[in-house]
Amino acid sequence: MTATPAPKEAAKAAGTARRARTSDPAEDAQPIMRRVKTKLTSKWATSAAILIAVVWSVPTFGLFVSSFRPAAKQIGPRSDGWWNAFTDWDFTFKNYVDVTVSAGSQSPNLSQYFVNSIAIVIPVTIFVLVLASMAAYIFAWGKFRGRDGLFIFVFALQIIPLQMSLIPLLQLFTQVLHLPPGSYAQLWIAHTMFGLPLGIFLLHNFISEIPGEVIEAARVDGAGHSTIFWRIILPLSVPALASLAIFQFLWVWNDLLVALVFSGGTADVAPITQRLAEISGTRGSRDYLNPAAAFVSIIIPLLVFFGLQRYFVRGLLSGGLKG
Amino acid sequence: MDFIGGKLLQVVIAVAAFAAVIGIIMLLVDRAPKSIKDKVTVAGFLAPAAILMLVGLVYPAVQTSIFAFTDAKGQGNGVDNFVWMFTQPAALVTLRNTVIWTVLVPLLSTSIGLAYAVFIDKARGERALKALVFMPMAISFVGAGIIWKLVYDYRGPGIEQTGVLNFLRVALGLDPKQFLLDAPENTVFLIIVMVWIQTGFAMVILSAAIKGVPVELVEAARLDGANPWQQFRNVTIPGIRGSLVVVLTTITIATLKVFDIVRTMTAGNYDTSVIANEMYTQAFRAGEPGRGAALALVLFLLVLPIVVYNARVLRKQREIR
Repeated sequence: MTATPAPKEAAKAAGTARRARTSDPAEDAQPIMRRVKTKLTSKWATSAAILIAVVWSVPTFGLFVSSFRPAAKQIGPRSDGWWNAFTDWDFTFKNYVDVTVSAGSQSPNLSQYFVNSIAIVIPVTIFVLVLASMAAYIFAWGKFRGRDGLFIFVFALQIIPLQMSLIPLLQLFTQVLHLPPGSYAQLWIAHTMFGLPLGIFLLHNFISEIPGEVIEAARVDGAGHSTIFWRIILPLSVPALASLAIFQFLWVWNDLLVALVFSGGTADVAPITQRLAEISGTRGSRDYLNPAAAFVSIIIPLLVFFGLQRYFVRGLLSGGLKG
Repeated sequence: MDFIGGKLLQVVIAVAAFAAVIGIIMLLVDRAPKSIKDKVTVAGFLAPAAILMLVGLVYPAVQTSIFAFTDAKGQGNGVDNFVWMFTQPAALVTLRNTVIWTVLVPLLSTSIGLAYAVFIDKARGERALKALVFMPMAISFVGAGIIWKLVYDYRGPGIEQTGVLNFLRVALGLDPKQFLLDAPENTVFLIIVMVWIQTGFAMVILSAAIKGVPVELVEAARLDGANPWQQFRNVTIPGIRGSLVVVLTTITIATLKVFDIVRTMTAGNYDTSVIANEMYTQAFRAGEPGRGAALALVLFLLVLPIVVYNARVLRKQREIR
């Protein structure tokens, strides 16, 4: 998941091209009055944009500052708002140590749950990517009766509220399939099931826009469906696969509901969100740990997100999203 | 740290088993006799996903639809659950809140996201500015709940406030406010959290769509004397219509299903419940799976028109191809 420099350069080149285009003679030929007007509106626009950016970032920033503030500054009679940290310079790493590695029954022990989240999210992401791209390929390029109707049915599956899948599914897992309790299997399967409809939909948009000539040419050369799929479709779909991977990763990492039902709530299996919900639900003397705990839980999604975000839009947009 | 080893092993075994299954499918597809090759291919590529969706979504949905017409003991009770839903004051509040959520969240997220995308288009530091607004997308609802509880924090008058909003209120000479307790506006304060999360999604998609609008069109409009607002209305908006529909649809569906925000911030108390939360409460807490199922069914019917509309757009696109 490391970033390659190539796309960055391409983006930079595109940016330069765009800039070059905006400063063409047509703009210089504008009457001075209109230019002033444009400048003015853009000043207002810039202020509005900065205001939005600040409003959107301050809550998370506040959490970040709080997470380094000592217990007494966060709760109890001597506590005050996190912004006082700037005048009253007092920071500590102790909260982070307490929530991750401290021993004892009272400790949140987040490191264990953190590992669980990783162990849940990686297989699910792989499963969904592979299965969804296979189905999307067949929906886009296979020929069989009822294809379009079936595809729209899959699209419609997105709206089935998860809440109502849970009881029948839980019964099936424990009573029919006898999946071992306290293992990841239930979570893997459930998350994969729930991730497929949107995964197929997104990938289909992308895969169906791959030029037909490419596939025809391969077919003429004697390539079968599986060769075409692995050698042509998947490599060409990397942007879409990457964006779906981000989506899927974030959903599963951030999920609470599916975890609540299928994990059994033990430190062996339960993900970090579940632990976070537990410790933040009990208001009390350990509330000062909540910001640090929350930050531990969002650090991986933030990293994944910032690391891969440039694929995100490319993959999403080059499908049916164009008007 | 020895707990990591065992967990890692489970992951490796699962992925290996999965790879083996896919490998076998590919082998079967390749080796199938010519006469049935196409059928085997379709089956092999589609079956794994189809089976999982049938078991995980279709079968439970059918079950749910049947449940919706039964009482707490599993006996059929006709449309009683629906009568309850549309007559009980508490249930009506839930329906009202759901309507407020589904109107406000897509509208606010999309319009703020669109405005932001337009404002920062071609600005210096565009990527960083985008990242700031996009960031909440990566944060779990549970994490968002903790973040916003901090923002909405309340203390009695006269004590130093620890929540940003109440600090500002006091600084302006107002009384501190219990943002999450006072109905009906507390629903709006929960909605703000969802808007905070979804705006980044709208912004990124729309920003990319704006960049896809042909520069020549914008130039032509400008040469014709259109001011920025006219350019935006008559060129940009039509150019990104498709993306606007997708953004509105996606956010509407996500909003209808929202559960975690309400659950973690007020648990649906103080008149803040929505259908998705009430569904969980009725089915898993109150021992009324029938009512929960009925709520789920109503939710499904609410989203149905959106899906039908999108399906028609989809079909049109396929015809073009």
